[in-house]
Amino acid sequence: MADEAHGGGIQIHPMDQFKVEPLFGGDHIGMLTPTNVTLWLALAVGAVVLLLVVGTRGRAIIPSRAQSVAELAYGFVYKMVEDVAGKDAVRFFPYIMTLFMFIVTANFLGLLPMSFATTSHIAVTAILALAVFLTVTVLGFVLNGTKFLGLFWVSSAPMALRPILAVIEIISYFVRPVSHSIRLAGNIMAGHAVIKVFAGFAAVATIAPFSILAITAVYGLEVLVAFIQAYVFTILTCVYLKDALHPSH
Amino acid sequence: MEGDLAHIGAGLAAIGSGAAAIGVGHVAGNFLSGALRNPTAAASQTATLFIGIAFAEALGIFSFLVALLLMFAV
Repeated sequence: MADEAHGGGIQIHPMDQFKVEPLFGGDHIGMLTPTNVTLWLALAVGAVVLLLVVGTRGRAIIPSRAQSVAELAYGFVYKMVEDVAGKDAVRFFPYIMTLFMFIVTANFLGLLPMSFATTSHIAVTAILALAVFLTVTVLGFVLNGTKFLGLFWVSSAPMALRPILAVIEIISYFVRPVSHSIRLAGNIMAGHAVIKVFAGFAAVATIAPFSILAITAVYGLEVLVAFIQAYVFTILTCVYLKDALHPSH
Repeated sequence: MEGDLAHIGAGLAAIGSGAAAIGVGHVAGNFLSGALRNPTAAASQTATLFIGIAFAEALGIFSFLVALLLMFAV
């Protein structure tokens, strides 16, 4: 695609950074080949464990820095679950806390220069979103039985409209995992691609200062987006969970 | 020739992100005007704000996805 060579400089393709490569050479990627995705996913898990398990090991009355960050994250997610999904959703707090911490850590790790943004891959986010979707669907049927189908039957609408609304509700229910996963992957991928596009402009001397300023600005925005998308993913999980617990429309 | 048409299609699909921008702006602007009228109730509605923004943004992301598919997959 970028085969026209104009005035030297480094030619960077903005999508090259998302390439999955085997970690130890070779070009065959099998089921169990360690790749750069594996490495950065493992690092994200390691970072979460480091913060939440090792960081809070002291259980001090006056918390250390790591412990206060861990406590802040715990309180933040706990309040979100309680406010959005209701008091009886608190028993699912461990799952939602895990989701939030993993996504936010993976997003932030992806922002390190030369690192790999694992959450920019739909394969990664689709698994997270499908897990949420299956959990919510199974939970809805286990807890409410067939009453869970009331989610699709809008009882506050006029009788004539209800079948049409039911179709729309069913479609929107099954689009959930798609939008849930693509939102996260798309945001992260788009942000990283934009940074790389500006990095490509930096090779041209006349606009290099503007381009470097733009990279700085976009990077600042990306730090914000990394957190907000993790927050949005978790809060939507809470909303879906609330639907499973109280399916009345 | 086919590749050129795909590029034009990708550009057209990118209009969708502008439409999503209008939607997100509506949500955020209306939240702000409501929040300034009743600041005490604003803090409890930030979650709703983010959910609304997320839903508006999702459709823009879909158009972005269509553009990406046209550029790299078709």
